[in-house]
Amino acid sequence: MINAILVFNNHGKPRLVRFYQRLAEEVQQQIIRETFHLVLKRDDHICNFLECGSLFGGSDYKLIYRHYATLYFVFCVDSSESELGILDLIQVFVETLDKCFENVCELDLIFHMDKVHHILQEMVIGGMVLETNMNEIVAQVEAQSKLEKAEGGLSAAPSRAVSAVKNINLPEIPRNINIGDINIKVPNLSQFM
Amino acid sequence: MSDVVERTLSVLPGLLGQHDPGAGPGGGGPGRASATSRLGSLIRSITALTSKHEEEKLIQQELTSLKAAVSAPTTTLRLMKECMVRLIYCEMLGYESSFGYIHAIKLAQQGNLLEKRVGYLAVSLFLHENHDLLLLLVNTVVKDLQSTNLVEVCMALTIVSQIFPREMIPAVLPLIEDKLQHSKEIIRRKAVQALYKFYLIAPNQVQHIHDKFRKALCDRDAGVMAASLHIYLQMIKENSSGYKDLTGSFVTILKQVVGGKLPIDFNYHSVPAPWLQIQLLRILRLLGKDDLRTSELMYDVLDESLRRAEINHNITYAILSECVQTIYTIYPNSELLEKAAKCIGKFVLSPKINLKYLGLKALTYVIQQDPNLALQHQMTIIECLDHPDPIVKRETLELLYRITNGQNVIVIVQKMLDYLKESKEEYAIINLVGKIAELWFIQTMNAVFSVGGDLVHTDIPNNFLRLLAEGFDDGKEDGKLRMYAVKSYLALLEEDDALYPQKFLQVMSWVLGEYSSLVTDVDPEVILTKLHSLLKKTFVTSETKVWIMAAVTKIASRTSCSKAVDEIIQEFSNSLDTCMRQYAFELKNLSEDKVLMKNLLPFDASCSDMVVDASLSFLDGFVAEGLGRGAAPYKPHHQRQEEKLSQEKALNFEPYRLSFASSVSSSGITGRQSPTGLSFGSDTSVNSAETGHKETSTLKLEGVQKLWGKEGYLPKKESKEGKEKEPQTVSCGTLSAGHVVDPPALRSDQVASISEEEKEKQQLASTLFIGLGSNAGVSLMGKAETATQKFKRKSKINEIQHFGPLLDTGPINVEDSEGSLHTRLRKASLSSSDIVEDNLAFEMPQSLRKPGLDERLSDNRLSQSSLFADSNIEIFQPSPSAHCESASKTPFVPSLPEELEELTHSEVVELCQSDALALYLCKVWTDDSLLLTLFVSNKTIAVLNAVNLVFEEAEHFQILESPCYQFPAIEAESVERCQKCVWMDKICTQGVLSGSVNYQSEVETRLNFSIALSLMDFIRPMEMTTEDFGKLWLSLSNDVKQNIKMSSSQDSLPAALNTLQQKLKLHIVDVIGNEGILACQLLPSVPCLLHCRTHSGMLALWFRSPCSALPDGLLYQCQKVMEES
Repeated sequence: MINAILVFNNHGKPRLVRFYQRLAEEVQQQIIRETFHLVLKRDDHICNFLECGSLFGGSDYKLIYRHYATLYFVFCVDSSESELGILDLIQVFVETLDKCFENVCELDLIFHMDKVHHILQEMVIGGMVLETNMNEIVAQVEAQSKLEKAEGGLSAAPSRAVSAVKNINLPEIPRNINIGDINIKVPNLSQFM
Repeated sequence: MSDVVERTLSVLPGLLGQHDPGAGPGGGGPGRASATSRLGSLIRSITALTSKHEEEKLIQQELTSLKAAVSAPTTTLRLMKECMVRLIYCEMLGYESSFGYIHAIKLAQQGNLLEKRVGYLAVSLFLHENHDLLLLLVNTVVKDLQSTNLVEVCMALTIVSQIFPREMIPAVLPLIEDKLQHSKEIIRRKAVQALYKFYLIAPNQVQHIHDKFRKALCDRDAGVMAASLHIYLQMIKENSSGYKDLTGSFVTILKQVVGGKLPIDFNYHSVPAPWLQIQLLRILRLLGKDDLRTSELMYDVLDESLRRAEINHNITYAILSECVQTIYTIYPNSELLEKAAKCIGKFVLSPKINLKYLGLKALTYVIQQDPNLALQHQMTIIECLDHPDPIVKRETLELLYRITNGQNVIVIVQKMLDYLKESKEEYAIINLVGKIAELWFIQTMNAVFSVGGDLVHTDIPNNFLRLLAEGFDDGKEDGKLRMYAVKSYLALLEEDDALYPQKFLQVMSWVLGEYSSLVTDVDPEVILTKLHSLLKKTFVTSETKVWIMAAVTKIASRTSCSKAVDEIIQEFSNSLDTCMRQYAFELKNLSEDKVLMKNLLPFDASCSDMVVDASLSFLDGFVAEGLGRGAAPYKPHHQRQEEKLSQEKALNFEPYRLSFASSVSSSGITGRQSPTGLSFGSDTSVNSAETGHKETSTLKLEGVQKLWGKEGYLPKKESKEGKEKEPQTVSCGTLSAGHVVDPPALRSDQVASISEEEKEKQQLASTLFIGLGSNAGVSLMGKAETATQKFKRKSKINEIQHFGPLLDTGPINVEDSEGSLHTRLRKASLSSSDIVEDNLAFEMPQSLRKPGLDERLSDNRLSQSSLFADSNIEIFQPSPSAHCESASKTPFVPSLPEELEELTHSEVVELCQSDALALYLCKVWTDDSLLLTLFVSNKTIAVLNAVNLVFEEAEHFQILESPCYQFPAIEAESVERCQKCVWMDKICTQGVLSGSVNYQSEVETRLNFSIALSLMDFIRPMEMTTEDFGKLWLSLSNDVKQNIKMSSSQDSLPAALNTLQQKLKLHIVDVIGNEGILACQLLPSVPCLLHCRTHSGMLALWFRSPCSALPDGLLYQCQKVMEES
């Protein structure tokens, strides 16, 4: 089972947090912090698996993570998940995000938090992997965004906000988001082999 | 449904307080400014902040304004939706926003599709399963499940499979069951997922829909089938024996997936449904574990999976690695093992770190079964030891830890210590120190203690000291070891400035105190001075000081007079630390009476037990004298405290407890001639933290495992024997030349051609892997070798006989050092000519029975004809039940003795048999227990001696008296009988009691058997009057209610009650109108009461029992019998 899915940027700011196990708020924050410190220490060219000690209370939990440009995608799983399987699941997740947002970047995750959650919900429910077929997920999400368009009005606003931030070179643009590599590059798959 | 309303109402008052509109100070107010831009500006301002403190301030502001916004009546739902997103953001950053929870639920209830979606999302993120507010969501979910809009149904199913209150499951269960027939695949899939969730949180409530799970497994859409695998994986994990009949289906599914029969959109990087494959492999692994027959079904498909997974992509490696694990878990097949071993080689040799890591992990797992594999990859393992990735390094050490033996322990421990010195992670240190501690001894222990420091687990020093104290068989050796320890510690203490961890100091002082007199060439005065100087150090904690003081006392008892002791007494007699002062006083009094002191502290008596007079009877005279002089009688501490409390002078007594105890004992010392035993006794109560050190000279070590032997860790000792042979020739045909390592004997002529560095590594390798192989000059991966390796693990002769052909794959090595077992194997394969017959007999019934599958299976077949209709996949059929070979060769069936024949009993069934012996079972349901009557029949023409019957300990069942039974001798061709009474300890609907019979014919043979027991075996009617029933009913608290449909054949109450009475052995207490009451008991005496009422074709069941699980179990049985009839 997947116990948690965490996405944070290079500075440890959480961008997506989803726990599938009941934990107290402080514990969750502690897990995010410690996971970040564990992951940050690691080179990009060493293995993508980590034992996270007693972070979740037991000894058989693993962290499986990938690092894309400014973001870390970390899945905390127990021993009943296949490491390599999860590693590719992260890839599917990111590629799906990329398809849904057209060149996804960190800002998309912030401003469309709900949409990101919905995409995730199509893939993983209650800690179990439900769907791994990218086209299927995208189709589901698009069916729902059609609804959005039908409703129109306010829901279009977030995307406008993002494009505003993306396009204008505002001086007050958040300092720790590096515009230079704001796009999450979907890496060539062979790179992770 | 009325339940829902009731609970909702009970929750409401608590909620009203939560969103008091006036609560938020003016702050932002429900401004009309666009909410979206507010999210944007919030994020922008947060990211612009520099300190955590500023962020906190900003978010608090934001929360205040949000609070005002959400509770304002003018806020539209659309605005509310935006507020929710902001709240989610704040929660993600770790700020509590509980005021918004109720509004999330409201939004899910009232909003249009979009708003509802955000509402549900917020609920699933904010709340947890047991949250009170969740009850308010139930009605919304029910409404949405019934909606005609697919999106709404989807959302409801999604939320249900994420978070749902356990007790409300009955409210939605029928709706979700309906959804399993929905025409849309996505709905069916999500419904299955929801049922999985229910299974996780309340398995008893979905027991009756197991056949629906089967339908989902056979769904025409592969996505739904994949979702149902989650449930099956879980169920098989809990009880693998219950689903063996599905093995064939899983194998067929996997075969079709691997064969590319799924639609092309299931492909991921042109690998067909990889995650599905992984899931199936895991299921097969659980099913095939230790089960030859089931495993045989899957050999083919595993082989194919290995073959197909050849594309060089991450995900194929994922499948491969699962495959390998499965092959090593199920009943071994030599061909597959060989392939799997090659596969592991591929992983280990891969330049990709992820694969290397997994390869090492697989090696670690495999190595216990097949240590030779490590030899093949020794060079790679050596390289991994110096890998830049600490994770890989640690895994490598884990691997080495598994192959440690007497000859390589020094090198391996050295490697571990090196890693320990580099590592900074606390987790890694704790983990590794544990391992090292098990592996090596004093010298190493010193290093461990000083590096590992106080992170070392307390068991380790305790184990260590216990080992020293208890010693070995050889007294001389003991003396040497102790002397060595004392000398090494003295040397360590020589360094004045050295800082040692507390635990290490404690160990040192205990050893010095106990054994320093063994070292004759050191003046005790010197030791005392050293200890004295330690006592003065500031870094020494008071706990450690107590240890040191005890050592001083012990040493002092063996010296005539000592200046250091006098100094210590003087110095600590007025110490601020009461414990120290106490010890100093004791030491002073003791040193005035040397004879007493010698008696009290005998040399090397730490292992002898000490009798402590806990009632302090020797003080009776003193107490009587005191009372006679008018002293108040003693009141225990808690009594005094109560009295004080009742006088309203509630003072805090906690801190005073310590000084109270010591003042008693010091008063004992100051003059009144109390025996010193008392003061020692009381001082231990002062110092409860100091566990290893009670009664000064007795080391309290009960319950500490004895882990140490003189060569190191004890359990390793056995495995070492027989393996301590000369280094072997290692030939690894499959590896490139650079990785071949030659044994020291042959190396000399090749040395010149190998570079220095390579040589070093090889040397390291030969030291690390020494003693691993079992015999010289044999091809390591030879078929026979692996086969015998595996059989060593099993050594069940009867199974080997069935497995006969395997043994022909290679010659059996009789010269092997562990030859006895192998010769036995050979005997088994050569001696009995009836193997062939046996095999035939084993084949025959299976083929005969195939056409006559039992009815339920043929039922399944019908529904399966629609399988995968869209995607041209062949129809698969479940294989016939795996256990159909039994009762094939029954010479006769034993019968019960007369006195049992009268009781209700089951048929006599065969449990297991070999060619010498057969075991039969008959269940007898007596009034007070389940009586298992086991018949052992001797089929041979000779007497069978020493037949032992042993039941394994079962979680759910309890066997009265002993779980073993021994038949001293069974005459030729006769039957012996034994009986065991069984109770159900923990409630379960189905359980398995397993055990084994072993007997001595030509060789010692063991037969395993298992007995399936159901809850109904332990249910007996309970007779009582209506009044008693009423009284008991009111006194019981656990109740379970459920409505079940009555079939047409028994739609009247009497008919239904009759069914229950006959099939479930319930006692009908009374029938009044359309209500009936029944009673039964779970043996030995747990009552369960049932109240039934009929209304409009439904039977309302209401159970009550003092045991919470019993009603659930009975309910399930009721549903089953009502459906059947």
